[in-house]
Amino acid sequence: MREQRLSVRRASAVKRTKTIKVNYLARVEGEGALDVRVRGGRVTEARLRIFEPPRFFEAFLRGRRFTEAPDITARICGICPVAYQMSAVAAMEDVCGVQVEEPVRLLRRLLYCGEWMESHALHIYLLHAPDFLGYESAIHLARDHPEVVQRGLRLKKAGNDLMALLGGREVHPITVRVGGFYHVPVRADLARVAEQLKWARDAALETVRWAGTLPFPDYEHDYEFVALRHPTEYPIIEGRLVSTRGLDIPVRDYDTHFVEEHIPHSNALHSRLRVRGAYLVGPLARYNLNFDRLPAAVQQAAREGGLGPVCRNPFQSIVVRSVEVLYACEEALRLIDLYQPPQRPFVEVRPRAGTGYGCTEAPRGILYHRYTIDGNGVITEAKIVPPTAQNQKAMEEDLRAFVAPRIDLDHATLAWQCEQAIRNYDPCISCATHFLTLRVDRE
Amino acid sequence: MVRSLRRPKLAVWKFASCDGCQLSLLNCEEELLAIASQMEIAYFLEASRATGRGPYDISLVEGSISTPHDAERIKAVRRISRVLVTIGACATAGGIQALRNFSQVEEWRRLVYARPEYVQTLETSTPVAAHVPVDFELRGCPISKTQLVEVISAFLHGRRPAVPSHSVCMECKRRGTPCVMVARGTPCLGPITQAGCGAICPAYGRGCYGCYGPTETPNPTSLMSWWKGLGVEDGDLVRVLRTFNAGAEAFRAESERREAH
Ligand code: SF4
Ligand code: SF4
Repeated sequence: MREQRLSVRRASAVKRTKTIKVNYLARVEGEGALDVRVRGGRVTEARLRIFEPPRFFEAFLRGRRFTEAPDITARICGICPVAYQMSAVAAMEDVCGVQVEEPVRLLRRLLYCGEWMESHALHIYLLHAPDFLGYESAIHLARDHPEVVQRGLRLKKAGNDLMALLGGREVHPITVRVGGFYHVPVRADLARVAEQLKWARDAALETVRWAGTLPFPDYEHDYEFVALRHPTEYPIIEGRLVSTRGLDIPVRDYDTHFVEEHIPHSNALHSRLRVRGAYLVGPLARYNLNFDRLPAAVQQAAREGGLGPVCRNPFQSIVVRSVEVLYACEEALRLIDLYQPPQRPFVEVRPRAGTGYGCTEAPRGILYHRYTIDGNGVITEAKIVPPTAQNQKAMEEDLRAFVAPRIDLDHATLAWQCEQAIRNYDPCISCATHFLTLRVDRE
Repeated sequence: MVRSLRRPKLAVWKFASCDGCQLSLLNCEEELLAIASQMEIAYFLEASRATGRGPYDISLVEGSISTPHDAERIKAVRRISRVLVTIGACATAGGIQALRNFSQVEEWRRLVYARPEYVQTLETSTPVAAHVPVDFELRGCPISKTQLVEVISAFLHGRRPAVPSHSVCMECKRRGTPCVMVARGTPCLGPITQAGCGAICPAYGRGCYGCYGPTETPNPTSLMSWWKGLGVEDGDLVRVLRTFNAGAEAFRAESERREAH
């Protein structure tokens, strides 16, 4: 615990054998650790251990009412509560056969834009950028570059303010319900945040340009990317599930193509594609599969940040996140412009026995919910697959490949680089662990 | 004394939780750099890989105690903390994960995990105060960031935090929100829920669902009869008391009484 965060051990018996342990990963959401084992100069194992306590959401959702799912599942993750709320309402409306009015749909998208901004800005400036610039944290970074950190904090605040306006507060918003919202804003409320969003749009553009100048290791990985895809929009709250290797299915077929496994040695539940194995979700996946859905100005900004339509270097995910912040600002401004308060903030939803499916693009990637409810609206079965669980296998494979050419680096440098590689994924370990195990087994 | 010359050290610890309460500290965008200049943020893994050595002047603890390992770890945290403040419903009441306290964890473990034997967990999820002495408990799921800043600055200046213990109703009155129960017949937990959020739910058209936990002297039995009068079913009365603060004494006792009959 505590001070003994980083320990590097050299086993003397076998030459060129070392174990790199990073106990307690910093600057990720939640608690995790990494073990890499090298034998005879080869990486034999890369293990991401996750030891968050299990919280049993899927178990205690049974017996709750279908209307409670948005408030309850929000508590899986304080960083992306809206994602949980949106996947939950999508699944519940699916099972009950309800479609919300267009203004409600757009308002959901707008609320979600706030979350993308807040979560991405947090990740870019507070969690990830310090790595590239060689600082222990954003607070250390702020001593030398206050203007950079202040820009990040203000950008984050713009997202939070949008969430607070629509949701009542930024963490665990209180306005979202199955069928719509408890409360919707009037146009004048939105005009207030629009001013701030215009500032944020400029700051986001600067962020893209600045992120593009960071020093990226020369490294690429051949992932199968999985994201939602929508006929006209950059995906946020709906779409089909597609991949770069030909997957193209409706959300309700998720379980026929994806499976979660409880793996004995990694002690963690890993998702994989039944036929092909590891895959990656998140900003890189969304971007690579949906570049053509970005407005021309955002595509242009991406080029200024040094990106093409495809990006396979996970370290550049910081640039892709910046591009998505810019997109979220643009999209939020567009939605505010279009906004007409709905006739009714919500439609009455009558429960109907059956199973419903919901999948939305959390900042960290697709978040899948499946619920079975009975005719009284009581949940009889729940399944939730958060992005980090889906990325775990890809993260481990990636780390193995990343470490291989770097094993001669001194230990502290290598350990930091591995941590940094993990932070590329923005792992949100609290979300993942309600069904990941926590056993830490070390010989 | 040398002590007074150095900046006080702040540590932030996480147990079973969603990170939302820690995030409230990072969400103090305007105050964050100011706090960082007044204090040494010595241990805060969500924000920094630098870890300054203890002991710490203030420890903020998020999350409940739900594993054997965490039951040990919290004792170590207590030993190296001068002041220990718990933040949020998880740390002060066991959190949403305290729903296990009303059920069989063994069954849940089998339900959620393919290999239940890998999962170490306790039968209960309990507040930090059930394990070690706590100097101050800040309520909410999530906590309010203004209250958090107040608590930190109060301890920096050696005074008690000014955090009200009255009900959400008072905040509605102050805000000028008409009572949703009286005016519209919407069931609301406001009368037995502690203030702190600014009474946002009634202001946004819904009843309070109790995320700040019970007030100092709540009367849930009486409120639940009112709810019944509004047509709420018995099962829902139990459910409404069992959410993020299900483990808080007043909510727990009333929910069990309701369940029994
Ligand atoms: S109290 Fe609520 S917001 Fe805070 S950590 Fe627990 S679940 Fe998250
Ligand atoms: S549920 Fe009650 S305490 Fe929580 S935010 Fe709403 S009004 Fe406040």
